[in-house]
Amino acid sequence: MGQLIVPDNWDQLRRHTRARIALGRAGVSLPTREVLNFSLAHAQARDAVHLPLDTTALAGELAHQGFHPLQVHSAAPDRAAYLRRPDWGRRLDEAGRATLLAARPVGESPALVILVADGLSSLAVSRHAPHVLMELAGHLPELPAAPLVIAREGRVALGDEVGELLGARLVVVLIGERPGLSSPDSLGIYLTWAPRVGCNDAGRNCISNVRPEGLSYAQAAWKLAYLINGARRLGYTGVRLKDDSDTPAALASP
Amino acid sequence: MRYFHDIGGVRHAFPDLKAVMAKASPLRSGDLLAGVAAASEEERVAARLVLADLPLGRFLEEALVPYEDDEVTRLILDRHDRAAFAEISSLSVGEFRDWILAEHTDTATLTRVAPGITPEMAAAVSKLMRNQDLILAAGKCRVVTRFRNTLGLPGRLAVRLQPNHPTDDPKGIAAAMLDGLLYGCGDAVIGINPATDSLPAIVSLLQLIDDLRLRYGVPTQSCVLTHVTNSLRAMEQGAPVDLVFQSIAGTELTNRSFGIDLAMLAEANGAARSLGRGNLGNNVMYFETGQGSALSANGHHGVDQQTLEARAYAVAREFQPLLVNTVVGFIGPEYLYDGKQIIRAGLEDHFCGKLLGLPMGCDICYTNHAEADQDDMDTLLTLLGVAGINFVIGVPGADDIMLNYQSTSFHDALYLRQVLERRRAPEFEAWLESMGIVDHLGRLLPQSARQPLLQMAAGF
Repeated sequence: MGQLIVPDNWDQLRRHTRARIALGRAGVSLPTREVLNFSLAHAQARDAVHLPLDTTALAGELAHQGFHPLQVHSAAPDRAAYLRRPDWGRRLDEAGRATLLAARPVGESPALVILVADGLSSLAVSRHAPHVLMELAGHLPELPAAPLVIAREGRVALGDEVGELLGARLVVVLIGERPGLSSPDSLGIYLTWAPRVGCNDAGRNCISNVRPEGLSYAQAAWKLAYLINGARRLGYTGVRLKDDSDTPAALASP
Repeated sequence: MRYFHDIGGVRHAFPDLKAVMAKASPLRSGDLLAGVAAASEEERVAARLVLADLPLGRFLEEALVPYEDDEVTRLILDRHDRAAFAEISSLSVGEFRDWILAEHTDTATLTRVAPGITPEMAAAVSKLMRNQDLILAAGKCRVVTRFRNTLGLPGRLAVRLQPNHPTDDPKGIAAAMLDGLLYGCGDAVIGINPATDSLPAIVSLLQLIDDLRLRYGVPTQSCVLTHVTNSLRAMEQGAPVDLVFQSIAGTELTNRSFGIDLAMLAEANGAARSLGRGNLGNNVMYFETGQGSALSANGHHGVDQQTLEARAYAVAREFQPLLVNTVVGFIGPEYLYDGKQIIRAGLEDHFCGKLLGLPMGCDICYTNHAEADQDDMDTLLTLLGVAGINFVIGVPGADDIMLNYQSTSFHDALYLRQVLERRRAPEFEAWLESMGIVDHLGRLLPQSARQPLLQMAAGF
């Protein structure tokens, strides 16, 4: 029997990317080993979608960093409902609304509110959110004074209601992105100026793929600080607020 | 006009045309989420029975999204070609299905009539069609576009090479790009979804693809899939922009949520055309769409998601794009719940787009929170191949490590070529052969270290 697999003689390129390159082929098809590798990764990503966020542990960790986390739940009662009803994941349940109304600061409205929500990957949030906030505090010394909310079964737009109830000028949402095969724990960050229920996505800025193998904590915090400062200066977020944080001028003066 | 149908003494009545359309749609989670789906299977068929008897002209009289409120509706009605419509104007929606499937309705007929068909007419007839009808009818349509090669010719299938990287690392992107080219992919476009919206990063990605293209004389086009305003800024800076990308949708409200309007698209189309970078043609726009985006953006006006998707094709049609890609399973299970719904939607989108005269491709894909897997993708890929799709997506190993979803792979494209005998765009095919990547029948050849693309790779 001859050789069954035609190998690809460029597997040295694999050191530049985690993409599935140089897989070789059986005829024109994937070799058996690669079919099984893929199946395993898909199985793990499917499992990540359904792992609940340990909010107690996360709140403890963030309290240690000087925050005073509030805990809320979206209007989606469980994961099954969350997956079919994104509208529920964008709104708070009754108890959550009451918690935030009671916590609304008197006097001047907070410049910044942070929402940490499980989204589609609680792994992303529990692993990376505290590190990103730690790095961000290096750029924004006043950060620990910002109200911080932890939410279960939350979507990006939940930040609109959270920000509105707390009277925030700007809300930053840290949320688990949909798990990929190679990245069950990718964190996304969204900024929305003047958050209120009904804001649309063109009014937000996004930083995605935050994890050690993607955008590092330091890079993410740098971009985030750049966008926060830009939003404060201009009074808006969204497509008109450009992420020019990679330009030499921006890198020279934070 | 009153819309009702009596079945066994029960009257199924519908308040307006958009209700008939929504309730006639095959079941999908997005219409349930929007609260517009049929309440029972019988009601769904009753709505189809009503729809089948409606004259096509009804869609010119009753706008599903008000004319005064929506520039997409105005575009559809103001641009409607009455002369082209004349040939089908006497038909009901049910007769329109029979007419499309009739033997004498050939490619030339469908091409001639296309400007007289509105998105709503296309959506309506698709709701009366089974999957095999959607395949047969789309297979009769032919839409050929050109930039640096010729796409959409009979017996051909192109692939968008999608070498994404989570941090836009140039070496990581180049590695995936070489892998794809060595697998014979990239004739539709080499298109990168950037991880960032930062203009300097976008310009350097454009430069990266353009350098490779010029160095090896690759007869294809490049694109960085960033917001149209970024592409405009990149063009102002003199960056090598071949195709302008934009996500589009079927209502003004949704497009506004994407930060665009028709005037902005026209400006970008004009700017890219004026660069004159295509040597064979000047189709310069690359649009992406997908069922559910309007509901997701709260811009759906109570219209079902499949009809709204077809309306997005009216936006695309206005700008003679090179490529239109329905990203069918990306949006998630709240809009298309499982493999069955994704497969149906992919076939509908391809059919409606082709009927309207668009160069349709499909990102045959799913996310990890949907009830779907590779077997479902194989099914849809095969069906769309049979239906004559212009292009599909090629991602290394079907795993997009930047966008976190599963699409089709370079291997998948080879599979389709083999079982359906589909060849690549002719100019690209000739280039692959000249590079020793494929033989004269388009079959992959084993590579030696002397392969020029690999010698380039040895440098990084």
